Amino acid sequence: MAIALQIKGLRKVYDNGFEALKGIDLEVTEGDFFALLGPNGAGKSTTIGIVSSLVKKTAGDVHVFGHSIQTDLAAAKREIGVVPQEFNFSNFETVWDIVVNQAGYYGLNRAVAGERAEKYLKKLGLWDKRDVASRMLSGGMKRRLMIARALIHEPRLLILDEPTAGVDIELRRSMWEFLTEINRSGTTIILTTHYLEEAESLCRHIAIIDGGNIVENTSMKALLRQLQKEVFILDTPEVITPDLVVEGFDTRYIDEHMFELVLKKGSSLNEVFAALNKQGLVISSMRNKANRLEELFVGLLNAK
Amino acid sequence: MTLAEQWVAFYTIVRKEIRRFLRIWMQTLLPPAITMSLYFVIFGALIGSRIGQMGGFTYMEFVVPGLIMMSVITNAYSNVVSSFFGAKFQRFVEEILVSPMSNNTVLWGFVIGGVARGLLVGLIVTLLSLFFTSLHIQHVGVTIAIVLMTSIMFSLAGFINAVFANNFDDVSIVPVFVLTPLTYLGGVFYSIDLLPDFWAGVSRLNPMLYIVNAFRYGVLGVSDVNVTTAFLMVGGFTIAAYAYCMYLLSSGTRLRQ
Ligand SMILES: Nc1ncnc2c1ncn2[C@@H]1O[C@H](COP(=O)(O)OP(=O)(O)O)[C@@H](O)[C@H]1O
Ligand SMILES: [Mg+2]
Repeated sequence: MAIALQIKGLRKVYDNGFEALKGIDLEVTEGDFFALLGPNGAGKSTTIGIVSSLVKKTAGDVHVFGHSIQTDLAAAKREIGVVPQEFNFSNFETVWDIVVNQAGYYGLNRAVAGERAEKYLKKLGLWDKRDVASRMLSGGMKRRLMIARALIHEPRLLILDEPTAGVDIELRRSMWEFLTEINRSGTTIILTTHYLEEAESLCRHIAIIDGGNIVENTSMKALLRQLQKEVFILDTPEVITPDLVVEGFDTRYIDEHMFELVLKKGSSLNEVFAALNKQGLVISSMRNKANRLEELFVGLLNAK
Repeated sequence: MTLAEQWVAFYTIVRKEIRRFLRIWMQTLLPPAITMSLYFVIFGALIGSRIGQMGGFTYMEFVVPGLIMMSVITNAYSNVVSSFFGAKFQRFVEEILVSPMSNNTVLWGFVIGGVARGLLVGLIVTLLSLFFTSLHIQHVGVTIAIVLMTSIMFSLAGFINAVFANNFDDVSIVPVFVLTPLTYLGGVFYSIDLLPDFWAGVSRLNPMLYIVNAFRYGVLGVSDVNVTTAFLMVGGFTIAAYAYCMYLLSSGTRLRQ
């Protein structure tokens, strides 16, 4: 499988001195449905901005299907379709003109542009609105207009920045279905979101970004598994060794009076103590290990 | 992108630019037509008949070339500055910035859009002037060349203005406070031979003087300045403006964060 997007050591310091990206690495394989999840201000839009050349990188490398944005930008741009977070089309142009002109910017002649425009406007439910000035569209339609525009040159990589922000539940579902369909037909998709639920139902791989750093990069399954457990730190007055075993639970030795124990969500602390009692191990105190990822998620979920 | 694809992209911008100024013709084509007709009536017909000859021509004949050129300059400039700034302001310039077309394609697309409006307004004003006087173009090549070069030069200048503009005031500052006064003082209404030596010398520092006179030379066959100098100057400014525009695009100044 080709690598659709490869990001290495990417840093961004804005003109005002703010460091929005602190050296991130990311790899997305062809055909993937990838989520970049993170709270507001994490650096998601900055990352997408750099990949689509609207933001200048401070350091690092980006390759799109093997084309460096540094040395082979035009080839990289052809592979990408971007749906930005903010509306960025002319208010006075019609839906049709916006999409067909964009095709022109990619060098597609008007005949091809017209066919493609019809195909994508129909798929996205905008065909009836083709002669309407874009400012007359609802928020959800504007978002879909940007998706049609991003697909008009049939890029292999589609990047959507918070595509469902401000889109109601009903339309969100149909947008998800549409994205799943084009992903199935071979288009690699990356979307950013701060809704865990959205990433969960759509994406196969996920990276989590916070404060300009990638804090997690894994498959969705592994991430969910990881979130299904809780880690405790237990202190004992007795002397333990690294080969300590507590039946039925994963543990990790810290020092001779301290160890970690993993509790899967759904099992109870009573079971932990039953097992410890059986071994005759005395516990003097116990605390929850602060897990950065979990804290982040609690934050994300509360932010909803 | 292949050359053919670049051409499609270029054509797309030009077409869009032309459709834009035609759609808003009440703001783009009508005002210069009205203003210039008033100039023709007042300066040419009413006051001009009392002024008598200027440079060997009736006053009307004398002012017409300068007024045509003034319309070309302000309209070429205004078209590019307002269109490109509008694209920046509403952020749809990003449609162009994310596409693979070359900087040359982008720049010439907007410049030719400006040239098209400059020439169209120039043509409208010329046709209106025919109600008041007759024009017998003396040097067709010079006339066409200076109009084209000037409209390119001011389209490029409008592009630079748009890149740096932060609001709509910044878009109208240059046409109102720089272009119009310089053109008025650039010998549209008088021959600098009429000025005291000192002011004639000062006038020679005004680039508009060369442009207006080169055009007047093309139409009437007379000029206050050396026409070759005028062409060299316009050519020099055009090349410098072009180089600067390309630098702005490739560095992403004010366009990419
Ligand atoms: N043009 C800019 N100048 C300075 N700081 C910026 C600029 N754009 C974004 N930032 C800052 O960079 C950080 C990351 O922003 P962004 O990438 O938009 O985050 P996200 O999309 O994850 O919400 C934020 O703290 C934001 O305030
Ligand atoms: Mg964002």
